Amino acid sequence: MKQFLALIKKEFAHVLRDRKTLLILFGMPVVQILIFGFALTNEVKNAKVLVVDQANDIASRQIIDKLEASRYFEIEEKSNNVHEVESTFKQGQVKLAVVFPLNFHHDLLHQNSAQLQVIADASDPNTAATLTNYVNSIVQDYTTDLNRSEVMPYQVTTQVRMLYNPQLKGAHNFVPGVMALVLMLVCVMMTAVSIVKEKETRTMEILLASPFKPILVIVAKTVPYLLLSLINLVSILLLSVFVLDLPVNGSVLLLFAESTLFIITCLTIGIFISVKTSSQQVAMLISLMGMLLPTILFSGFMFPIENMPLPLQIISNAIPAKWFYIIAKAIMIKGLGFSAIWRETLILAGITLVLLMVSLKSFKIRLS
Amino acid sequence: MREAVIKTDKLTKRFGEFIATNAISFEVQQGEIFGFLGANGAGKTTAMRMLCGLLIPSSGAGTVAGFDVYKQTEKIKKSIGYMSQKFSLYEDLTVLENIRFFGGIYGLSNQQLKAKSIELIHRLNLQKDKDRLVGTLPLGWKQKLSFLVAVLHSPKVVFLDEPTGGVDPVTRRQFWELIYESVENSITVFVTTHYMDEAEYCNRVSIMVDGKIEALDTPGNLKEKYGATSMDEVFYQLARGAKRGE
Repeated sequence: MKQFLALIKKEFAHVLRDRKTLLILFGMPVVQILIFGFALTNEVKNAKVLVVDQANDIASRQIIDKLEASRYFEIEEKSNNVHEVESTFKQGQVKLAVVFPLNFHHDLLHQNSAQLQVIADASDPNTAATLTNYVNSIVQDYTTDLNRSEVMPYQVTTQVRMLYNPQLKGAHNFVPGVMALVLMLVCVMMTAVSIVKEKETRTMEILLASPFKPILVIVAKTVPYLLLSLINLVSILLLSVFVLDLPVNGSVLLLFAESTLFIITCLTIGIFISVKTSSQQVAMLISLMGMLLPTILFSGFMFPIENMPLPLQIISNAIPAKWFYIIAKAIMIKGLGFSAIWRETLILAGITLVLLMVSLKSFKIRLS
Repeated sequence: MREAVIKTDKLTKRFGEFIATNAISFEVQQGEIFGFLGANGAGKTTAMRMLCGLLIPSSGAGTVAGFDVYKQTEKIKKSIGYMSQKFSLYEDLTVLENIRFFGGIYGLSNQQLKAKSIELIHRLNLQKDKDRLVGTLPLGWKQKLSFLVAVLHSPKVVFLDEPTGGVDPVTRRQFWELIYESVENSITVFVTTHYMDEAEYCNRVSIMVDGKIEALDTPGNLKEKYGATSMDEVFYQLARGAKRGE
């Protein structure tokens, strides 16, 4: 046991000596959370709008006021010339144009219906769809207000409630994603690189020639990264609670337990990569291309898995980060307990076990 | 009466069809400096790894420090020291940290560690440099330090795998002085080398060709037997018949 402690102490000395890497390891989650929280977001805010108001009557002005009051739109230009629409879009200044025809209010009152043209820049299809939806609902709002006094004979009104995330904040989505990403990066890459480094400098041979069981040598290598990852986890959660206002709705303890499982999964992948490779560059490349990329693509945090073709959906099941992402979201956002995520936990544990056995086996083969 | 610390009888290692080490038999006495020579690919490293408990032999028998190379590898590992090619320390740790670590993994107590590290640092005149990172030391110093670290826990045998690669003759000379001092403390030294002048420093040498031991005797006897003036000639006569290259 004392020998094992000496080994762990040495691993910490390696990690702590390399100040630059340490700074990156601790700084990365902070920077990622801040970037995702404040800079990169798929919410549409303050989209620039061109308003062509040929009617210029009370109805059109009221709708324009409503558009302007919402945080989604910013009226960039007002004009009364329809021909300007195309040239403005070509300049790329605006995302959306709203055109009120002549006699807008008049038509509304006397023909019971008026036409409003919404033109969107669909070179970015998601934004275009989101923006037109916003306009639709604002106009809908306005009509409902108009008819408030009268009772319409037949009417279906939708009551929408956004469960778990009423304000549709992006943070709910990306904080668990960033957690998965950071843990993956630290555990897989750092473990793989640090073990392969011992192979490269031939110190691994000395360790293997010492009275240690080879497995302990490997386990000791992972201890500092396990601890580092837990610290990272704490800093991500603190940031998301106090900076992004995203509370952890479920049990924090459960979240940490599940995260530890995921960390162990990642450490195992790191060990696996280190057993299979013999240079630090290769280990790093495989960790980045082979693990980080699939994590981003298939965890569901950037691209919804449900929209992928079936083969890709099947592949995504093999990505540990996908399961961790589901688990973390369930605990943090939905506040669910273990009974809701035991299946995902089991899958994650299964993947870990298989990886562990495969890497232990290939480790032994290398030895004999 | 001196006892044999290393004993092998037809020790063989096969990798598939390839026979890396072919039925080698020899004995090394306690306190002896045993040179293990051979061209690249002759099977030296494989043989050494079997004796260190890093590889399980395919057939034959062998004991190191009285322990069986098949079943008692853990016990063997406790009674040997090992220094791999060039040197084997952590460059990003200081001199003192390296000493403490390697002493620590062999289970030395804190008191022993303290005493040993003071002694070691004194022996190498590294008092001023004990907190320097090993990576900043000259190669010769690293190798000397590496050797002393390998014998820190007073093993019965120390295995040196080409310990002096890439250093100048003066430093090599100093390195061998350290080896002689250790032998006085009754440590047995098993060393592989490519430098034939170093072979002359050994009590006995064996020369491996294509996985077999072709010659085993004192350097003096070998030179006489092959009518050579230096070990270099002896080695050349034997090794040029080798079929396996790099």
